[in-house]
Amino acid sequence: MSAVPLQPPRRLIEMTVDGQEVRVPEGATVLDACAAAGKDIPTLCHGDTLTPKNACRVCVVEVEGSRTLAPACSRRAEPGMVVGTATERARHSRKVVLELLASSTDLSTTPRAAEWIGEYGARPDRFGPEAATVAQPPKVDNDLYVRDYAKCILCYKCVDACGEQWQNTFAIAVAGRGFDAVISTEHDAPLTDSACVYCGNCVEVCPTGALSFKSEFDMRAAGEWDEPRQTQTTTICSYCGVGCNLTLHVQDNRIVKVSSPHDNPVTRGNLCIKGRFGYQHVQNVGPSDG
Amino acid sequence: MKRRRAERYDRLTHPLVREDGVLRRAGWEEALDRAAEGFRRNAARHGPDAFAMLSCARSTNEMNYVAQKFARVVVGTNNVDSCNRTCHAPSVAGLSAVFGSGGGTSSYQEVEDTDVIVMWGSAARDAHPIFFQHVLKGIRKGARMFAVDPRRTGTARWADRWLGLNVGTDIPLAHAVAREIVHAGLHNTAFVERATEGFAEFAASVEPWTLQAAEQVTGVPAGAIRELAHAYARADRAQLCWTLGITEHHNATDNVRALINLALLTGHVGRYGSGLSPLRGQNNVQGGGDMGAIPNRLPGFQDILEPAVRARFEQAWQAPLQPRYGLNLTEMLEAMGEGKVTTCYIVGENPVQSEADSLNCVKRLGMLDHLVVQDIFLTKTALMADVVLPAGAAWCESEGTFTNSERRVQRVRKAIEPPGEARDDIVILCELARRLGHDWHYDGAEEVWDELRRLSPAHAGMTYRRLADLQGIQWPCPSEDSLEPPFLHGRLWETDPARRGRAAPFAILRHSPPVDLLDDDYPLRLTTGRRLDSYNTGVQSSGFASPLRRGETVELSPEDAARLGVVPGEEVRITSRRGSVVAPVFVDPGLRPGLVFMTMHFPDEVDTNSLTIEATCPIAGTAEFKAAAVRVDRLVPAKAG
Repeated sequence: MSAVPLQPPRRLIEMTVDGQEVRVPEGATVLDACAAAGKDIPTLCHGDTLTPKNACRVCVVEVEGSRTLAPACSRRAEPGMVVGTATERARHSRKVVLELLASSTDLSTTPRAAEWIGEYGARPDRFGPEAATVAQPPKVDNDLYVRDYAKCILCYKCVDACGEQWQNTFAIAVAGRGFDAVISTEHDAPLTDSACVYCGNCVEVCPTGALSFKSEFDMRAAGEWDEPRQTQTTTICSYCGVGCNLTLHVQDNRIVKVSSPHDNPVTRGNLCIKGRFGYQHVQNVGPSDG
Repeated sequence: MKRRRAERYDRLTHPLVREDGVLRRAGWEEALDRAAEGFRRNAARHGPDAFAMLSCARSTNEMNYVAQKFARVVVGTNNVDSCNRTCHAPSVAGLSAVFGSGGGTSSYQEVEDTDVIVMWGSAARDAHPIFFQHVLKGIRKGARMFAVDPRRTGTARWADRWLGLNVGTDIPLAHAVAREIVHAGLHNTAFVERATEGFAEFAASVEPWTLQAAEQVTGVPAGAIRELAHAYARADRAQLCWTLGITEHHNATDNVRALINLALLTGHVGRYGSGLSPLRGQNNVQGGGDMGAIPNRLPGFQDILEPAVRARFEQAWQAPLQPRYGLNLTEMLEAMGEGKVTTCYIVGENPVQSEADSLNCVKRLGMLDHLVVQDIFLTKTALMADVVLPAGAAWCESEGTFTNSERRVQRVRKAIEPPGEARDDIVILCELARRLGHDWHYDGAEEVWDELRRLSPAHAGMTYRRLADLQGIQWPCPSEDSLEPPFLHGRLWETDPARRGRAAPFAILRHSPPVDLLDDDYPLRLTTGRRLDSYNTGVQSSGFASPLRRGETVELSPEDAARLGVVPGEEVRITSRRGSVVAPVFVDPGLRPGLVFMTMHFPDEVDTNSLTIEATCPIAGTAEFKAAAVRVDRLVPAKAG
């Protein structure tokens, strides 16, 4: 009887990325191979804790012998594969994807979006002022987190995190078709009338800031959100004996947001309502003590 | 119906001392002098055992180490305990009696890689949500899950089978499972012969518990008991997990032993994927015990009665240690009532609201000559103190480590400065020690940890550096160069008897129904527990605006609500033999007729623990929070017609 089941040994696959030889373990993705080759491929719908959804298409690369461009985040690496990350076709495709997304969606809080738009020469305004958008007012229906679907690129990560991949609560799903598709609770009810348990595991994976802590949303609205001034410290939750790792985002000695390390063996990036939002008690100080 | 929110607690930002009967603001020097003077006075007058210390299961390992050292070295008593008494002390007592170690035997990852998961008395979906995500991974990978619980909880909703037993009938159910396994010839004879002792007597003792007899007592259909027995015994790997549904009973250690018996019978312990997991309720209740903040163990869970162990600590600490066990929390409270314990130092605990039969607890604390409370809030317990010392919140305002339910020691880091004049727990303890003639000084938590590592073999290999690099290390970790397997007691599977070590004994147990009997005056069974968004006495969780929070309610089955003629939201009176409270009705179809559920999260609105009974487990001292007899009365007479 073996004490601990060993991981089966993984063979290394040899392939070429932009003319450079790389070796990645069997089962790795093309995105992993690109990272191994030091290539910086943009991604939006890819999540390190989630199964690839192939929704956004911003990570496409050219694979020799393949008729269509391949999404790097989900395409498995194969022996002898020849990948081009910066071919004319791949760059053009990324540019159009960014133009379509940025013309219809508010990417102002999407990390690196502006950088990529510059890098690929994307012109989101080229569709003119009449271009369709998903603009709508943010949904603020509870004190913990805000849903600002004007920023939603329909990557499905929140649905997967809420559903069978992690939380298994199924409070949200995709409603509608085509351009009118939206992430919605059942019957578009307010969160407070939905199955939501406020774990915030959807906020954790949201790539654009469409889902955000109410604390972050309010501070942004007041012009006080200042990420470069924030510190991030990983500690342990104080609410039960499971030992979840919390990363506290602190600005001016106040906790403004809580995330969890995605590679942590206890949480894998997930928390419950108490870990995610239950920090307020340490910073409730009476008015006289300021 | 809208209920008012529980009151919000503000942080303590400066020390308080009692003068002319009221607490007033004081400077640190005055407060520390007063605190130390009271301890000195009482120890001089009545001896060191007049002192009792309640250490904090929410604070760091380092703080707990220093706190127990304070009791043992500065004062000279083993009277040190923590709230682990109110939850999992029976798990520690049961596991250490059988295996010699009080920790859960498995890791979270193993529950994903197992074939059968039994969640016994555990509402983990709501009480331990992230552990339950590992259970859900296991279920999605094909594991069968059985939920054993009087209530159809969130956990039960994910189960293949829900065994809704009557409160306090865990031993008959476990015995029937055992008997069925033996009669079907499904017990692991090789393991039983090699690694256990007392099988024949055990098998004879469960013989009366036929499936039919158990069905009568537990209320669980015979077919379901049989199915659980066969699934558990036939599984290649199986995990048995439990929470307070097992341990908050007057015979809790027996309950734990009844579950361990099943693992011994089937060989579901000591292998990857097979094990026993008590899910701990507080962030460092495992660590507090590991650090010796319990009356019978020194740091590293080493028995205080062992002369060799004691000698090593006496040498290291340069102080004599009492060669006897101290008082546990339950005994401390009794001793306060008898005038034997006259001074108490409470760090971060709120016994006034967390203990069963809370009115009695207030009376006993009121008899103390000198009470010092160190906390982050002015709790109901702190309001009774002579000196209140404001502390930092361990989890985000101090450096150190916590130990979780899978024995994983993880680093706690300081992210923010404590408010006002609040200070780190260890700094406060050292200030008091200095005033009592012990010139202690630690340059930070790591120095405390390194002192502990020299004294506790189970922690010896856990440097702060390694803890950070490896995202925590599970004990035991005796060497800085290697890691042990993630599960305990692999030795039981060794073929060489010398390496196998002490055989694991079966326990012969008797069924003992809840102490608080049901009768015509108190016909309903009240059981208590947690909700997803709240925590214990609510002092912490009242601080954030949870959209799920609805305040305290009394949850009734639809049948009982109809019989009583009450509707959701209606306020009713709930009365036990000890106290009486008023709460609004919430109807929960997950409750069976005769069963009533309340939480302990809103004691400032509804003091549920004035209803519960202080019938305690004689081995571990845990009270029977899970089984009180109550009556529910309408406040207004039913309208005619």
